[in-house]
Amino acid sequence: MIPIDVIQKTAEILMDKAAIEIPQDYLDGLKAAASVEDGDLSSFVLEAMLENYEAAKEDRRAMCGDTGTPRWYVKMGNETQIEGGPIALEAALRRATANATNGVPLRPNRVHPLWRTDHDNNVGIGAPEIEYGYEPGGEWIDLITVHKGGLFGTDYRMLFPSDGIEGIKRFYLDCLVAFGKRGLACQPAIIGIGLGGCKDTCMVLGKRAACLRVVGSRNSDPRIAELELELKELGNSIGMGAMGFVGKSMVIDANIEVGYCHTGGMQMSVHAFCLSSRRAVARVFADGRVEYRTDPDWFTDYQRRETVEWEIPQNHEKSA
Amino acid sequence: MGNPSKPRKIRLSTTPTREALAELRLGDIVYLDGLIYTAREGVYKRALEDNANIPMELPSESAANFHCSPAATIAEDGSFRLGAVTATASFRFTKWIGDWMARSGAKLIIGKGGMSAKDYQEHFVPNGAIYLTTVGYGTGALLGRGVKRVKAVHWNKELGLAQAMWVLEAENMGPFIVESDLAGNSLFERENAKISANLAKVYEGTVPAVLKRFGETDDRSDEMIG
Repeated sequence: MIPIDVIQKTAEILMDKAAIEIPQDYLDGLKAAASVEDGDLSSFVLEAMLENYEAAKEDRRAMCGDTGTPRWYVKMGNETQIEGGPIALEAALRRATANATNGVPLRPNRVHPLWRTDHDNNVGIGAPEIEYGYEPGGEWIDLITVHKGGLFGTDYRMLFPSDGIEGIKRFYLDCLVAFGKRGLACQPAIIGIGLGGCKDTCMVLGKRAACLRVVGSRNSDPRIAELELELKELGNSIGMGAMGFVGKSMVIDANIEVGYCHTGGMQMSVHAFCLSSRRAVARVFADGRVEYRTDPDWFTDYQRRETVEWEIPQNHEKSA
Repeated sequence: MGNPSKPRKIRLSTTPTREALAELRLGDIVYLDGLIYTAREGVYKRALEDNANIPMELPSESAANFHCSPAATIAEDGSFRLGAVTATASFRFTKWIGDWMARSGAKLIIGKGGMSAKDYQEHFVPNGAIYLTTVGYGTGALLGRGVKRVKAVHWNKELGLAQAMWVLEAENMGPFIVESDLAGNSLFERENAKISANLAKVYEGTVPAVLKRFGETDDRSDEMIG
């Protein structure tokens, strides 16, 4: 049984870490981009960003004033039980979100869409989102918080098989160029691409591809992995850099996730996870032990399974 | 490996003279000293549509309007705690900016992404104002360091923390980039024009989607705002 007070306390620490500490994989990716950037203004912007990450950590203040729209991805091993059950879990995550909004502090971004009511704590109807995933073995819970920006850089389009790879590239470029102008997408970013599923799942896949995979990770399908590298290269050849200035850093990495779709369609979504790629992860065990990390490790073989049944591999560790 | 040249850095008062503004060139890096206030849709609506009295002496106290809501809280004892400070996209405020300049005498509009050339010609040039953009749109911690203290928060009760009018004491606060000059030229537009020249080559071989959408354009030199 996972103790609920440990869950809430861990969740509060994660909110703080996500807002303040740039994940190492993204930082390394941005440094690599900065080292080859030759646009005067783009280059200045990247240097300022690198300085900003340091300032955020030194001062323990949020790296960006727009602290995004906090949400939770929760994953559990099959044997996991939570003290108080799922209702207690959701209450703990809502409390942690509200407490951290005042504690860090974060910007209270979440308002009612029509009445603009602001509870000043990032909690409201459907906020924060809490999404779930499960793994075959183990008694543990992964708490993942992502504070993605909420306004620019994301789009969806219904494509069809006849659009092909060249149609995918077209829509990808359309998104990068349109949202890249004036830097509205806060590039260079991790670009997540969802292919297939239904419209809603396509959006979910693309968002998770952007937010739940680390820079340098590749899709387990080698042909998709190849397309990821091709799209990264294509994005960085536009001639645009940070803030939409002349440059060559648009894409820190391109991640693709797919889902089976209608036989006549090829849904596509594009998501840009910005210069402040806020994500933090912890695994809580039944004995109250907590392990912090920055890799959500969301897309396991189980999450990408294609078959009716799932055989747990012989060497599968229970706690993995 | 690139060998980019370094832009010029300049310190500027938040109640700048016309001469100081005339000195600025597109792409200069600016650091601000003096009072800055945040005002976005909430403040604009309340001041301009509901005709509420602006709770500051403008522009004598400050001529610098920041399109921003800080990551901040107000403690129970009334003290303020301010973390990171980052701009929000300005193009959404076109409908108010002319009237706001007339009412406030603002000379520096600070935000994200700039405003349209039409806004610069119609509102900025006649009012002798320029636009400063924040950098990268993520240097919130650096900008937060430039705020010496929060002087006041107006209209918090009416508008909420994110839309309230925060009055910030800036000291060497930056970096910001000069996006528009007194003649209404735009750095973003200059850069977009350069980038557009290369786009046909990047798109080579891609195909337009078989199913069209209403309102779609394939003119990639189009500005997306305004």
